[in-house]
Amino acid sequence: MNIVVCIKQVPDTTEIKLDPVKGTLIRDGVPSIMNPDDKGGLEFALRLKDKYGANVTVITMGPPQAEEILREAYAMGVDRAILLSDRKFGGADTLATSRTIAAALRKLDYDLVITGRQAIDGDTAQVGPQIAEHLDLPQVTYAESLEFDGDKTFTVKKADEDGYQVIEVDAPALVTALASGVKPRYMSVRGIVEAYDRPVEVWNFDSVEVDPATIGLNGSPTRVAKSFAKGMKAPGQLYEVEPEEAVEIILAKLREKFII
Amino acid sequence: MDKNDYKDVYVFAEQRDGKVQNVAFELLGKARELADKLGEKVVAVLLGHNLGDAAQQCIAHGADVVLNVDAPELEHYTTEPYAQAIHQIIRERKPSIVLFGATTIGRDLGPRLSARVGTGLTADCTALEISDDRDLLMTRPAFGGNLMATIVCKEHRPQMSTVRPGVMRMSPADESRKGEVENVKIDFNPAKFRVRVKERVKETKNLVDITEAKVLVSGGRGVGSAGFDKLRDLAGTIGAEVSASRAMVDAGYIEHARQVGQTGKTVRPDLYFALGISGAIQHLAGMEESDFIIAVNKDKFAPIFSVADLGIVGDVNKIVPLLAARLKRD
Ligand SMILES: Cc1cc2nc3c(=O)[nH]c(=O)nc-3n(C[C@H](O)[C@H](O)[C@H](O)COP(=O)(O)OP(=O)(O)OC[C@H]3O[C@@H](n4cnc5c(N)ncnc54)[C@H](O)[C@@H]3O)c2cc1C
Repeated sequence: MNIVVCIKQVPDTTEIKLDPVKGTLIRDGVPSIMNPDDKGGLEFALRLKDKYGANVTVITMGPPQAEEILREAYAMGVDRAILLSDRKFGGADTLATSRTIAAALRKLDYDLVITGRQAIDGDTAQVGPQIAEHLDLPQVTYAESLEFDGDKTFTVKKADEDGYQVIEVDAPALVTALASGVKPRYMSVRGIVEAYDRPVEVWNFDSVEVDPATIGLNGSPTRVAKSFAKGMKAPGQLYEVEPEEAVEIILAKLREKFII
Repeated sequence: MDKNDYKDVYVFAEQRDGKVQNVAFELLGKARELADKLGEKVVAVLLGHNLGDAAQQCIAHGADVVLNVDAPELEHYTTEPYAQAIHQIIRERKPSIVLFGATTIGRDLGPRLSARVGTGLTADCTALEISDDRDLLMTRPAFGGNLMATIVCKEHRPQMSTVRPGVMRMSPADESRKGEVENVKIDFNPAKFRVRVKERVKETKNLVDITEAKVLVSGGRGVGSAGFDKLRDLAGTIGAEVSASRAMVDAGYIEHARQVGQTGKTVRPDLYFALGISGAIQHLAGMEESDFIIAVNKDKFAPIFSVADLGIVGDVNKIVPLLAARLKRD
């Protein structure tokens, strides 16, 4: 079985702070990480590999330093790593991104494609389903767990607002994974050592067959018209008082608001 | 593509078990505003089977037209039948705007359709407006809520976006509103359905809906394990629901359905108590639109105070029991 996992390097958004004076993002020194949902998806793939001997490829689209997460994936146990990197791919919205990744996937063999549900730097949850559409694959999103029958059928526990669904789908298929469903393994020491000697294939625009008008900034139907820091709201009242007095202040407010 | 061929504001009227979801009514209200600005119609797209008065409810919430697609294939949501139905509707009718709730259904369906149609989709919008040149301005948080971005889809139609439940306000139903219900037939291609739903499990613990609560008593790590009972106690005395930060959900003190924030629910109660919550940007994203926010935190520099209307610097473990006791006594 061949499994391709799409992963993305993202800034750790918990570490991003806003410059309170300039209202801009302070990105310096913000660590980059493998997107958590993607890492969950990678763990799904590696568990299938442990059990059924699958061949696991990771692919990422990004700038050259995105190679770091491919090395991390090697250290976790993948067999092949591909970096899709070209200026022509840059500036893409989700649709253009999904077309580029789908074009790369067409060059690979897969029975299962896994993506993370969403990336923490954009939170759109779009690229997975869009890739599925381009490749004419059935999709199962929000996977909390993923089982295989050893033949051709995957069983996915799909989370939703009210509980979950158990869904069966035959290969080839695309699944989007939730980080909360699985605890990714640590990199093995041997894996870390070896990861630096393993080849990372770099694919550029010429490596894939795709209409340049449909990818990158020019192929993106959506554009950022403007971006701005969230308006700060007028400061409220702040009291630093003894608990008894604090309670009276709160009670007065509750009465004013007709809560009590 | 000629933009002038595309008109009207369509809303995916998501239903579950035959019940139209509140997010659809919220979107119909927003669609009404947008359509009035454009001088166009609001069209609800209602997919399901034996839906009763659902179409009428859509009209009461602002739809001029309801496209009613009744088919057994559509009784419960699965990606492909829904995508085929809406794709056919988009192809035949050319809407200018299509809005979806950013639910597990809308976020599964929206991107599939955007790729099929070849148009843009903007996720989790918090504001929608019409620009001077009649394009849709879609504003959404970026970088974990640190920054806002306004997105446009100028050269492609329809312009599509998803909006999270609770973000737009739901106006009350107007039962006297009149509208038109049109039945639409879809030519399905069942060969493409491909997924088989074996089981649908409802977990009762997920049934509370904190987005509906008027008052929320929300606890964070500062409340600690022992403190949560006191929070429930306080909530009980004022008829509030209990919610929490992700730290408490991750620690297993409370179920995920009660988590507020970027990866939880967006809430907008009349009153939000933030108790022992630091106010991480991902938490603020889910509650800062509350009408009134009371925060209690022992750290006077906690970011939660930047959104609080009333801030108390103090120990929740002292203040909460005192407050509950006073409320019971009075
Ligand atoms: C992708 C992503 C998504 C996320 N989504 C969410 C989300 O949806 N919702 C969410 O909430 N978080 C989310 N987070 C996590 C978020 O970044 C914070 O880690 C989390 O909100 C912190 O929870 P907290 O405020 O309870 O805990 P802490 O940040 O640890 O804060 C505890 C606070 O309690 C105060 N305190 C301690 N003891 C007392 C006391 N005795 N009395 C009074 N105050 C006290 C402290 O001063 C402190 O301010 C997300 C993170 C990521 C990376």
